[in-house]
Amino acid sequence: MIKTDVVIVGAGPVGLFTVHQLGIKGLKAEVIDNLDKAGGQCIELYPDKPIYDIPAIPECTGKELTENLLKQIKPFKTNFHLNDRVQEVSNENNNWVVKTNKNKVFSAPNIIIAGGVGSFEPRKISLKESEKYEGKNIFYSVSDKNKFKGKKVVIFGGGDSALDWTLELSKISNVTLIHRRDEFRGAPYTLNKIKKLEKAGKLQVKTKYQISSIEGDVNIKSITIKNDEEKTIKIDTDYVLGFFGLIMQLGPIAEWGLNMNKKTISVNTENFQTNKKGIFAIGDICSYPGKERLILSGFHEAALASVECFKRARPNEKYRFQFTTSSKEIQERLGRKPK
Amino acid sequence: MSKITYIDSSGNSKTIDVANGLSVMEGAIQNNIPGIDADCGGGMACATCHVYVKEEWLNKLDKPEDAEQDMIDMAFEPKKNSRLSCQLIVSDKLDGLIVTTPSKQT
Repeated sequence: MIKTDVVIVGAGPVGLFTVHQLGIKGLKAEVIDNLDKAGGQCIELYPDKPIYDIPAIPECTGKELTENLLKQIKPFKTNFHLNDRVQEVSNENNNWVVKTNKNKVFSAPNIIIAGGVGSFEPRKISLKESEKYEGKNIFYSVSDKNKFKGKKVVIFGGGDSALDWTLELSKISNVTLIHRRDEFRGAPYTLNKIKKLEKAGKLQVKTKYQISSIEGDVNIKSITIKNDEEKTIKIDTDYVLGFFGLIMQLGPIAEWGLNMNKKTISVNTENFQTNKKGIFAIGDICSYPGKERLILSGFHEAALASVECFKRARPNEKYRFQFTTSSKEIQERLGRKPK
Repeated sequence: MSKITYIDSSGNSKTIDVANGLSVMEGAIQNNIPGIDADCGGGMACATCHVYVKEEWLNKLDKPEDAEQDMIDMAFEPKKNSRLSCQLIVSDKLDGLIVTTPSKQT
């Protein structure tokens, strides 16, 4: 069991800044995120797109914002538990015990949920029959490409994952790439390579088609695709790879007994605590009258929630407001020599 | 005000007066129209306000930006007439618009 002052759920910009606000108050945190890297939506959805409304930063990309936040919290040497997801929460002796998918267990007086709109999960093929082939013939990520050696593989999608795997697997498999429109959003460089291979007969590309049925028994035998004019094509295949992007699922947090407002968690605006003492929700996932889903709002919410976390984690100490500019204590925590 | 009709996947229809300047998504959220989630709040960063626009309206709307099309790639069962309702801003031009919501968003 990992004991800490605060468990932070979500390593997006708000979760990262929470580490800072807790850290300057002398509190330790552990961060859990379902993605394989920190940054949340900023890194997953718009790493290269500009953001114009971070105070005092006229323009930065999602990636730059994430990198700067990581730099800002470096002094606190926080542990990140990536590729993991919070599952259950229970209360033991006034401490919250959090269990994750990977069976890690945390104990802390405080949990701050900075989970955005939930954890990112791959969007799956919507056909009912796809479920029984999932993990056997249908995959939404590739862990071992050798599985596909010498096999027929159909790849769906128009982004970088679809294009990269099409190119990679075309070296060892018989690949058909299928996308719902002519335009691909993946890198033009990769697309050009794919088009050359298509001309040379090394792989097949079908655009303006979508999957309409799956045929098979124990294993997939073929799939049928259909275009907007209802024209269908049957393609024999051994495997199907779907790269339809990610969707956000709130997941088990919805079952924690917190007061919810649609997919968001209701909080008070004094310290962003939920209906359960010691569980806070900040950033896009919280709701209160007048809530705006801005990164800067999340930063403010982090600052206020961290004060209440201090009071709960250090009941015998008095909370004292301090500026980073003038507090020797904070500067030491930041690893700076007081000036 | 413009009249926007939202039809759910089983055919139930609701017509709402939506103030010009709001998006078709906001019109739905503010009036508790089910079938539109709008997880990202209108930022074109998800595809959970996905709707199908009635065919005769398709050409009357401004063409979607590339970024919207990119997002629609990630929507549940996208079709030729798929749009993100957060990108459809209500104006007199849209008075009478009919959209159908997909059977689910995620």
